[in-house]
Amino acid sequence: MTETAPDLDRLRGGAPPRNHDARTIAALTANPGCARRGVMDAAGVDKDAVARELGFPSPFGQSQFAITRGNAFEAQVKADGCAELLTLLRDGLGLAVPEVAYDDLEVVAGNEGRELRHARTRRLLARALESGEGTLFDHPLLRLEIAGQLAYLEPDVIAFQLAGRLHVIEIKSFAVVDGQAEPEQVAAAARQSAVYVLALRRLVSELGHDPARVSHEVFLVCPENFSNRPVAAPLDVRPQLAVLERQLARLTRIDRILDALPGDLTFGPGAALADAVRTVEARYAPECMAGCEMAFFCRDEARACGATGALGRSVRDDLGGVDTIGTALALADGSLDPSDDLAETAAQLRTAARLRDEALAAVRAETLAGAPTPEARGARDGAA
Amino acid sequence: MSALTSLAQLRAAVDGIAQPLATVRHCHVAEAPLVLVPLKLAGEAAAPLAVLVGAARDDASLLVVPQPRNRDLRFQFAAEFAKLVLNHIETSRGGVEELPPGKDGDERIRYGDAPQLLVPNRGGVGFLRLLGRSTRFRSTEGPYAVDPAVPVLGRWLTWFADRYDHPGSSLLRAMTEVLRLHWATGQSSLEDGNLAALLGWIDPPDGLDGPAAAARAEDPVTCPPAGPATDPTFDNEVLAPAIAAYDRSGGDHRAEERLRGAIAGQLEPTWELMWRAVGLLRALPEGASVPGRWERDRDAFTYYHQTFGEAYPQARRDPPVRAARRLHDLERAQDAYDAQRAFDDPLVMAEYRLAGQAFGGVVTDCEPDRLDETGKRPKLRPHLRVGTADPVRLDVGTTVCNAARPALKGKIVELAAGSVLLELTGGMGRKLTAEPGSVPRPGERVCFTSLSEGSFGAAKFPDREDTPWTHGGPPEEYVPTDEDAEEEWS
Amino acid sequence: MTERRPAAQVDDGADPSAAATRVVEDVLADLAGSHRGVVVDSPPGAGKSTLVVRAAAHLAAAGERLMIVAQTNEQVDDLIERIADKHPDVALGRLSASGYAPSERVLARPSVRVAQKADDLAERTVVIATAAKWATLAGGSWPWAIVDEAYQMRSDMLLRIAGRFERALFVGDPGQLDPFSTVEVERWTGLSWDPMRSAVSVLLAHNPELPVHRLPVSWRLPASAAPLVSEAFYPFTGFRAGTREGERRLEYGARGMGTTYDLALEEAAASGWALYELPARHTLRTDAEAVRATAALAVRLLQRGPVAHSEHGSAPVGADRVAIGAAHRDQVTAIRAALGPHGEGITVDTANRLQGREYDVTVVLHPLSGRRDATAFHLESGRLCVLTSRHRHACVVVARAGIPELLDAHPSTEPVHLGVPVKFPDGWEANQAVLARLAAHRVEAD
Repeated sequence: MTETAPDLDRLRGGAPPRNHDARTIAALTANPGCARRGVMDAAGVDKDAVARELGFPSPFGQSQFAITRGNAFEAQVKADGCAELLTLLRDGLGLAVPEVAYDDLEVVAGNEGRELRHARTRRLLARALESGEGTLFDHPLLRLEIAGQLAYLEPDVIAFQLAGRLHVIEIKSFAVVDGQAEPEQVAAAARQSAVYVLALRRLVSELGHDPARVSHEVFLVCPENFSNRPVAAPLDVRPQLAVLERQLARLTRIDRILDALPGDLTFGPGAALADAVRTVEARYAPECMAGCEMAFFCRDEARACGATGALGRSVRDDLGGVDTIGTALALADGSLDPSDDLAETAAQLRTAARLRDEALAAVRAETLAGAPTPEARGARDGAA
Repeated sequence: MSALTSLAQLRAAVDGIAQPLATVRHCHVAEAPLVLVPLKLAGEAAAPLAVLVGAARDDASLLVVPQPRNRDLRFQFAAEFAKLVLNHIETSRGGVEELPPGKDGDERIRYGDAPQLLVPNRGGVGFLRLLGRSTRFRSTEGPYAVDPAVPVLGRWLTWFADRYDHPGSSLLRAMTEVLRLHWATGQSSLEDGNLAALLGWIDPPDGLDGPAAAARAEDPVTCPPAGPATDPTFDNEVLAPAIAAYDRSGGDHRAEERLRGAIAGQLEPTWELMWRAVGLLRALPEGASVPGRWERDRDAFTYYHQTFGEAYPQARRDPPVRAARRLHDLERAQDAYDAQRAFDDPLVMAEYRLAGQAFGGVVTDCEPDRLDETGKRPKLRPHLRVGTADPVRLDVGTTVCNAARPALKGKIVELAAGSVLLELTGGMGRKLTAEPGSVPRPGERVCFTSLSEGSFGAAKFPDREDTPWTHGGPPEEYVPTDEDAEEEWS
Repeated sequence: MTERRPAAQVDDGADPSAAATRVVEDVLADLAGSHRGVVVDSPPGAGKSTLVVRAAAHLAAAGERLMIVAQTNEQVDDLIERIADKHPDVALGRLSASGYAPSERVLARPSVRVAQKADDLAERTVVIATAAKWATLAGGSWPWAIVDEAYQMRSDMLLRIAGRFERALFVGDPGQLDPFSTVEVERWTGLSWDPMRSAVSVLLAHNPELPVHRLPVSWRLPASAAPLVSEAFYPFTGFRAGTREGERRLEYGARGMGTTYDLALEEAAASGWALYELPARHTLRTDAEAVRATAALAVRLLQRGPVAHSEHGSAPVGADRVAIGAAHRDQVTAIRAALGPHGEGITVDTANRLQGREYDVTVVLHPLSGRRDATAFHLESGRLCVLTSRHRHACVVVARAGIPELLDAHPSTEPVHLGVPVKFPDGWEANQAVLARLAAHRVEAD
């Protein structure tokens, strides 16, 4: 445990740390500049519960159709000792997979304790690395240290040994149509796989082997086109691994942020929760809505204080150093004299305002007769 | 994005109402566009669940797949949908224009009109693209035979989706994108992807301002998503039980009606939004080059319609020559489209003025009869000084043209603080004195820009059978196979 | 930047000149072999143009008719100048577009003939033109082509011109900027003939057996820069400097006055690098203070009468040997305006346009200076690579403080496409490597 651990425990208000999985760990890389998220994640705070308590429940519901489809696809690929999967690896990718052994590490003699399961994973992988025996290891329960806490990874993948190297196989239910898949979904899968690769590498080196025996090439197994037939695609996750290692290293530096926070800060439920959350600065951008449970709370906060970032990163960047909408507009209409460091931004905003007004005035003058302009509203019944 | 757009967004945020980004409409809006609001089954690539479709607000047809996992029901849906879409295509041709014969004496015609498809958002376009992909290879014979209309639909949907990529085309448009071309809201582009929220900013319901309307739009109970993805809560609490009931009933009519009712409730709000948006767009005056671009759309439509019978379904992926040719076409269209919008619309031109690629102001000095006599023959080269407060970022020697009359061209001779001296080089007639009215006079407001419409020439490409060795040599001609026709659709 | 491929050991110790000569000889030997194509990767300043000239003369001497493809008119004229001077006996043809006015340096060379139609150049041994011009030809065929700056060329351009030649030598720098487009190009991702991939990448995807050579020595970059550029931007295809530490010197004729500009210039002269750091601030792209500093550093450099001592002897560094690089066009315009008459003759351009060019000293406005949110554009490693690898003696980077924090906060959410090789180096890592090095040469503005 690191020395920040006691503080982090208090931050959770006594609740146990939320269990990380590959998805939540991968999400750590999404907005690393956000101190609020950094602190909450490092402490293992249940952000979903906090957001709900604050009145901004996160809308990350999943349709049962999607869940059913995902489960059915995975079950089908893994049926009969992964028969379909092996055919795919051999015929689809042309891999020379000699003999086949399939070990499911999910349940240990009816006992599902995580330590037990992890121990079994270690044991089997140690043997495999020594002897080269064993091919498919389903549901390996891995561990990764997150900000000084050991997190067990909910096993969602298969470790596949080929020619002395371990590969991660990830089964996803989004479709690959004519060789292409949704880039955002592939990116998410790559980020998650990178978490497993990293955890496997840590385990392999703990076992005294070269971590490079875990390949950076993972295999993504998805339904092909519009069918249920699986197709495998190799995926090089080196970029994601680099980002992940960087961000995990950064998380351990969270104590710098903690130092600046009041000693009695806690995110436990209660009337003071909103203020407590606001104590830690957020770096909200609209992209947060795709992955952070706190996003709606942070958006509300950003909007309330007129933060330009609420309109998007590019808007914020366009406006140089101006953080708030009010300041930007005051600079644009000349009602605020800029400080030296904002002089240029102010000049550009004033030019922009003049050009906009000029263009709109010209059109207004032309359309005095009443022809509609874009500002004309109430045209709701225009459609026949 | 530019500071000008950002400024409009800031104003929208403060005023609580969207701000114009355009003073004219930059897309064609058909007399009777075919509005489509599709839904797909969650977790699947393109399994249709339903579509609300029609060419008039009061003429919507609802098609539903009561059990989306049932292959037969899906193809039944595809066949019904095909009939509606194909009927619209066939009835949107208008008359036939005879064109002057082509270079080799070919007869050339152009349909007087073309079908326009409108979907709520990019996801809708993606869905049509995938639905096209999943139906165009189907066989109408043999063990997996489908209704003859199904592969025809697939090819047309694929064609529309391909045209969608073509900058400036109006054959298939996503409503959120069209609206965002004309208005800036006080929310981010991500949130603008929600049609209800976007329209809430542009045209809020009575009693609400933009932010309130947008907030309301984010509640999926009040404003169901505009598809093609459904609201997960609706799936779990309404749709799944309704489909289960339909299954249990063995296809009973009342169970199907209940299911249809539930789905209609999800689609109708978006349907209303779509037509409201159409009305808003219609109320804008049309940009000067919109008819020209629609004419290109009509040409493309005429060509595809005329050659439909001779062609195979579009290949799964573009072979090398087609890919290169298509990229070139798109870049060329993008270039022309960007320039045309700026010439059509002073508010768009303002973006270029802010970026220093154009400048506007008042003519302060003019030498309309100036001749350049350094060459063999004298040339008419009037000088024009334009006073401008714009941040000009053009170099001396740059060729510019008049935004209001692009034929009038000139060269920048001198850049001084607050003014630009131009030497006019063309667009004043063929004589040594300028045509009356062609040279702007002192006091006149002008705008000059380095943008030009035809800067991107046409290019030569090898024929498919001459695909070079660097690109793998000539690919085999694509011929649909039985395997394509049998492709699982589960 | 480019994808792939197997790492080759830079064999240290051996004479760099001998190592480079060996590669060139291997390339020429391959031209006599049976391969339809030969690829030569050339890191910055590794003698690419020399190789092109040499290969052209070699093929011409063997009696082969040859076409040379360059990417810009300036590159065409550069090559004409070099070939005509080195091999005045080779009959050269310069094929040009109708609007092109031949430059003085082309007209001055008697062995060159300029024409707009290929037929008018039929008897010339070597015909040179831009790729765009070659693409207008509907017919004609040459037994050999040399494609220069082949990594700058998009593969769709190669498709249009490949019918004109039987066999080809492709030469280019894999570390430069990726080809780009103004339209959506996702449709073609994963295809081996994706028109957005570089000409070399598509060529090798379809012809994996073609020999690929790598020029191992940068004659341009000094010993202070080659290891950094090699590690940061060519992690799998390292190279080294042709000169040793201390073999090149930059000296000033005039003494400094202790200003921060002078201190930065002195640091650059002493170590080959300087980071002129302005206070942290989020700014517009055309950050006036940074623009002013960038221009002032270049002007001050000239005022101090710099003299470059190198293996070629000693020569004063004139304005024509100094370049200023920036990421955006508006920055370039602003810097040009700020330079004023004292900076006349200094080249100011974007990274895109500085590709393939060489100067004694460069001043670079860092792409991330003053940014609040970095985009993929700003992080593209090829951009920084071009900007930090144009100099023979020294490079002064101007930046606002805070870039490390910006990189730290950068979200990693880039989309991933199936079947597309991973690009190396990662822009983030490359930026970090360069910053880490620059930190040791920091001069804070006052």
